[in-house]
Amino acid sequence: MKQLWLTAKLDIVESLRARWFQIYTLVFGGIVALLFVFGLTESRVLGFIGLSRLLVTYIQLTMAILPIFVLITTVRSVAGDREAGVYEYLLSLPVSLVAWFWGKILGRYIVIFLPVFGAMVLAVLIALVRDIEVPWEMFVYYTALLAVMAACFLGIGMLISALARSTDMAQGAAFVVWLTLLLFLDLILLGVMIQGKISPELAVTIALANPLQVFRTAALALFDPQLIVLGPSAYVILDMFSVTGYKIFALVYPTIVGLGAATLGYQLFRRGDLP
Amino acid sequence: MIRFSKLAKSFRKTRVLDDISLEIGLAERVALIGSNGAGKTTLIRCLLGEYTFAGEVSINGSDPRKERIAVLGSIGFVPQQPPPLKMPVAQLIDFSAALCSTEPANIHQIAQRLGLDLAPILTRPFVKLSGGMKQKLLIAIALGRDAKVLVMDEPAANLDPEARKIFFELLAERQDDVTMLISSHRLNEVSALVNRVIEMDMGKVVLDDRVADDVSLSGRFACRITIKRIEPAFAKAMLNWKFRDLGGGMEWEGVVPGPDRLRFMGMTSRYVALINDFSLSEVGDGALCVPEIPLRGQATAI
Repeated sequence: MKQLWLTAKLDIVESLRARWFQIYTLVFGGIVALLFVFGLTESRVLGFIGLSRLLVTYIQLTMAILPIFVLITTVRSVAGDREAGVYEYLLSLPVSLVAWFWGKILGRYIVIFLPVFGAMVLAVLIALVRDIEVPWEMFVYYTALLAVMAACFLGIGMLISALARSTDMAQGAAFVVWLTLLLFLDLILLGVMIQGKISPELAVTIALANPLQVFRTAALALFDPQLIVLGPSAYVILDMFSVTGYKIFALVYPTIVGLGAATLGYQLFRRGDLP
Repeated sequence: MIRFSKLAKSFRKTRVLDDISLEIGLAERVALIGSNGAGKTTLIRCLLGEYTFAGEVSINGSDPRKERIAVLGSIGFVPQQPPPLKMPVAQLIDFSAALCSTEPANIHQIAQRLGLDLAPILTRPFVKLSGGMKQKLLIAIALGRDAKVLVMDEPAANLDPEARKIFFELLAERQDDVTMLISSHRLNEVSALVNRVIEMDMGKVVLDDRVADDVSLSGRFACRITIKRIEPAFAKAMLNWKFRDLGGGMEWEGVVPGPDRLRFMGMTSRYVALINDFSLSEVGDGALCVPEIPLRGQATAI
């Protein structure tokens, strides 16, 4: 446990000094600031106004940015450290591989989740100062959704880092993974379905297997409980899960994907050449 | 103590280590030499349990891959290229000390002896230190704990003569109960440090020779050099070796650490046309100043 925390601390300090972290924090803090500056809390969409409107927009933007940010920065720093000889030296110290790998994940998780969460907290603080009502239930669920999203893509990033032997290859693979998930979002699947190329059941199954789509649908479900925007697919999803069931699924399934990917990554890391 | 048995390692179709069998005993000081691509670094990484391999590697009967904590807890490692760590120096020291079950004060003490004052640089990122400072700190981390095996890749390459001298002294203090594996491209860099030479080429051991050196790691040589004319480059080199100018830049006197004498003579050989008189005589272990003894005519066989 001591080794795990030491490694996590090491990764946190390394990340805090890295440029990507400064840009990352600036992006998410900036999004919230900009949403307030442009008066989003005063606009109304589907009956949503105030902070809930801002949070809906924030999570939609975060869903677009966070996965690729987490994937690229994770594979860049992990594969980059290996290429630069950091692993050669630090893994010559008596640290267990399990503590090293999971400690790195823990440290990185803290570093990628805190700015995103911090931006949410910032939004709430501004709302409180401006006497805007805070939708606490939405805040808690969105926070959980962001936490799960970060864990999911961090796990995938660590798996890619364990597989790829160079930074270039790792970055390329991360980009391809992100593009593939993007390709199987509802809008594209809907198009394919309309053309009659795949059955609706298959399209819905693919959508449910895609963590990016799972987050998107869960975020939609908060302000559109009947999932009207999804069209006929909504019937399948709601019949299968119900709204509450789907909200739970959206937290559990990506966590399993992230943990599964990280565990596979660890097994590959443990059995292969370390530096 | 260290045992390699039919060790083989391939990267895709390239065989980098080919059926290496070696035994290195306690207190042996081994120079691992060979050109680039000979397999030295790969052998070291196998020993550190960082690579998977065919065959067996063990340190005191333990597998470095399967029993990492036990094995690596007894190995001090100095890499050839310092890692580009962004963490502050203090954190690197604390991290290493915590993992190696030693006190940061021990690392500070060794760094101090090597001429590296850690106090002003504790908050600086490791990567921002100069090459020499990084090397001294990595040596301090390797020596600041109870290591039974020292694995060093070109350890003195970035050290100034004074730090090299202290580095040799530090190794001399441990030579009876520590096994040393020192990797280098050139034998003359490490020859005086070792009592066994293993040369690698194309992944095989092509030479395994024991060498005798009558000069101990802490031995010193008094040296006096007279030159024919004043030469600024020579004066700069002499000052770098902490020599004293005895007469208008024409006569120089100083002390050369025993293990560094080959390197010193390599340096002076560049000025052979300039040198009028050269004497080098052993002054024994631990002497810190040039003794008042006649120097000429006592040259020791090197």
